[in-house]
Amino acid sequence: MHLELRGITKRFPGVIANDNVNLTLKTGEVLCLIGENGAGKSTLMNVLYGMYKAEEGQILLDGSPVVFTSPADAIAAGIGMVHQHFMLVPVFTVAENVVLGVEPTGRLGSLNIDKAREMVREVSDRYNLNLDPDAIIEDLPVGVQQRVEIVKVLLRDAKVVVFDEPTAVLTPKEIIEFFEIVKTLIAAGRGVVFITHKLKEALSVADRIAVLRRGQVVGEVDPKNTTESKIAEMMVGRPVQLVVDKKPHAPGEVVLDVKDLSVVDADGRTMVDSVSFSVRAGEVVGIAGVQGNGQTELVDALTGLRHSARGKVALDGLDITDASPRERHAQGIAHVPEDRQRQGLVGGLSVAENLVLTRYHDDEFSNGIVMDWPAAHRVAESLISEYDIRTPSADIEASTLSGGNQQKVIVARELSRPLRLSIAAQPTRGVDVGSIEYIHSRIIKERDTGTAVLIVSTELDEVMALSDRLLVMYRGKIVADVDPRVTSAMDVGLYMAGSRPISASNGIAS
Amino acid sequence: MKIAATFRKITERIARTSSFRITLLAILSAMVVGAFIIILSDIDKLQNGDIIGAIRTVGSAYWALVVGSFGSLRAISATINSATPLILCGVSVAVAFKAGLFNIGATGQMLAGGMAALWVGFSMDGPGIIQVPLAVLAGAVGGAAYGAIPGILKARTGAHEVITTIMLNNMAGFLVLWLLKTNLFQRADRTDPISKLVSAPGHLPRLFGFLSDRPDLVAHAGFVVAILAVIVYWWFLNRSTTGFEFRAFGMNADAAQYAGMHTKRLTVMAMMFAGAFAGLAGSAEVLGTYGYASQNFAGNIGFDAIAIALLGRSTPLGTLLAALLFGALQAGGRQMQANTDVPIDLIVVLRALIVMFIAAPLLIKAIWRIKVAPTSLGQTFRGWGS
Repeated sequence: MHLELRGITKRFPGVIANDNVNLTLKTGEVLCLIGENGAGKSTLMNVLYGMYKAEEGQILLDGSPVVFTSPADAIAAGIGMVHQHFMLVPVFTVAENVVLGVEPTGRLGSLNIDKAREMVREVSDRYNLNLDPDAIIEDLPVGVQQRVEIVKVLLRDAKVVVFDEPTAVLTPKEIIEFFEIVKTLIAAGRGVVFITHKLKEALSVADRIAVLRRGQVVGEVDPKNTTESKIAEMMVGRPVQLVVDKKPHAPGEVVLDVKDLSVVDADGRTMVDSVSFSVRAGEVVGIAGVQGNGQTELVDALTGLRHSARGKVALDGLDITDASPRERHAQGIAHVPEDRQRQGLVGGLSVAENLVLTRYHDDEFSNGIVMDWPAAHRVAESLISEYDIRTPSADIEASTLSGGNQQKVIVARELSRPLRLSIAAQPTRGVDVGSIEYIHSRIIKERDTGTAVLIVSTELDEVMALSDRLLVMYRGKIVADVDPRVTSAMDVGLYMAGSRPISASNGIAS
Repeated sequence: MKIAATFRKITERIARTSSFRITLLAILSAMVVGAFIIILSDIDKLQNGDIIGAIRTVGSAYWALVVGSFGSLRAISATINSATPLILCGVSVAVAFKAGLFNIGATGQMLAGGMAALWVGFSMDGPGIIQVPLAVLAGAVGGAAYGAIPGILKARTGAHEVITTIMLNNMAGFLVLWLLKTNLFQRADRTDPISKLVSAPGHLPRLFGFLSDRPDLVAHAGFVVAILAVIVYWWFLNRSTTGFEFRAFGMNADAAQYAGMHTKRLTVMAMMFAGAFAGLAGSAEVLGTYGYASQNFAGNIGFDAIAIALLGRSTPLGTLLAALLFGALQAGGRQMQANTDVPIDLIVVLRALIVMFIAAPLLIKAIWRIKVAPTSLGQTFRGWGS
């Protein structure tokens, strides 16, 4: 099937999300759609999938124009989408999930589950997906859940499969398996659209790369004759520094000392299991790991948002195990939280109000009863210019900013005061390439002034590049303590998956 | 082309700041539906095929609403009198909304505050300059104390304030009934639950007291208290440190906790503030409107206040205007019932329709064929069990 988008323009009040976009996809090819957040990738795919109606332009299938008014139309025409957030019922089996909405039924409308099992098995075998039709979704790893989504799309006979940021939740090993699946789909004559903001992945899997910037296709490149930095430059519109530029570190005294720390969640499961480590002044310690291996709970315990079940946390030798978040803040701990929408920002408050969200009670801004808003505004204005936060004014709601600028608001607020320890969780998740560069340089700058820095990230490249020392978490335990300069990403990936590289010389550190 | 582009820009801007417009259109839509209800309820004329007459009834009914609420000094006084407790209870619900809590307990808090004000009102006998402020203050304290109960229950045990405040409303009702039968409160010569009279210097002074020939103008200084309460509410939200905490907590409880705010303390404080405003409403009714307390002096005001806070999107000015509108409908409704055969119950229908249309901006969009961004109801409350 030959798919063509011709002159697609989609406007939202105040923005043009897609501006005269032209794209084609041939059978048996992988088209990678790359661009920063807010460049219009998702909008474009939602237009294709019938979720939005474009103001101008046409969608052509095999040369004839089609109109999709709902996803059902798109599915009927052979377009399938695997969303970033899976649409699965956790307590159902694989087979039940796959046939949901297109159930094979008996004469009286009874569900023919054997038929469903058979369908899953058949597709699974044909595309080498290795799925058990009777497994319960919530018991499966994320990578396998994604394959269930793929089967759903294939069973609805999709000729074109759109993947929206498919690798965001996968381990390095799962990513490699995923790319194998993409190759099988291509070999079977289907077309694949792959949306991503990761340059490496685009280069390794795509037959063609279309770069989107501010709603426009700024160029199509052949991955064979291009480089990461060339694509990054097209995405951002200016040359971008992709490697973190940092001097060798000069570690000083121990600032954060964690001893035998355990954290238990509400259901009584041990999420952090007897973890011990320390972070020195002027040192960046990274914690790598697949999402959900206890990093969130560890950061919560370190910042006072969650009680630790056992163990001790000390800052500069002072026991802070039971200190409140505000006490820790006062002692010079900064916290860039992993989920900026949920924790880091109050979307309905203004940019200025968010810039003082953790500091509003300081003498500078409040006498305890009355806020000194003019003072807060002065600080906000200077932070906006110092941290290059792109906002029309300090008074608009923070939710209207782009992801990168929202993150800059948080980074500006947390780093713009004298600090002893800076804890940053997923500091660049969903942030555009230009802002990533900036946030990384701020973190290194903070290290160079003698702050102890703890970075928690699921982006392996990011922790490898930023850290002076790298810890790997797996199932609540620290399973590796390595020097990122002499360790390969592949080896760290193996630690993240719970195994050990054969050549493990670093071993498991305490 | 340029004109078209400019026009589009303007409409887009309106679409983004349309909450006021939606509100106006919701009121208009409710009036239109109300007109049909009036026509349909006028069975006699319809049976005779007297369509013109039925339409005339609509005209005179709505005209009576206007005249009865703003047409004379007496009408304005009645509007003010009806609006006073609505403003105070509206602010009560609104301040809780801002902190992410749903205060259904304004009725109970009003009863608690009213009884406290009443006690000061009949126990003292002047001088008014001391007794009146003291009694009003007692109302606020009584309401705050009663509001603290659901706040503490929520902070300590997680009990949802919607459940607890409804239960506390019932308890307050029976508590008042019992109190009114005690020797302390019951009027000496009565056997029914009716309280002693507030002593003469303890009454809230009448607003139009300077017009000695117009004893019919009943509006009292409770209205001044209500206006002051709105100003205090505005100042609190926008200038005070705790007000900032309320707003942050109400919009994003996780972020408030992350920012080191004491969210449990904020929960209790928000319910106490809400109770204090409702308590003021109780004191205004007892000290200004009635001069004594009967079993049900809170009426439906605490529930109307929820609609008022929604209509006013919990902002200080919006809540004030919404309460004045409801007060005007109340006052005008009496005139309407007197002048035409349209029952005052139509007012209840109109209010319900207004709130329904406010809650459904997309419906407004469909009816009036305009471009309206689907706005939320502003700040409402967090879901169950959160």
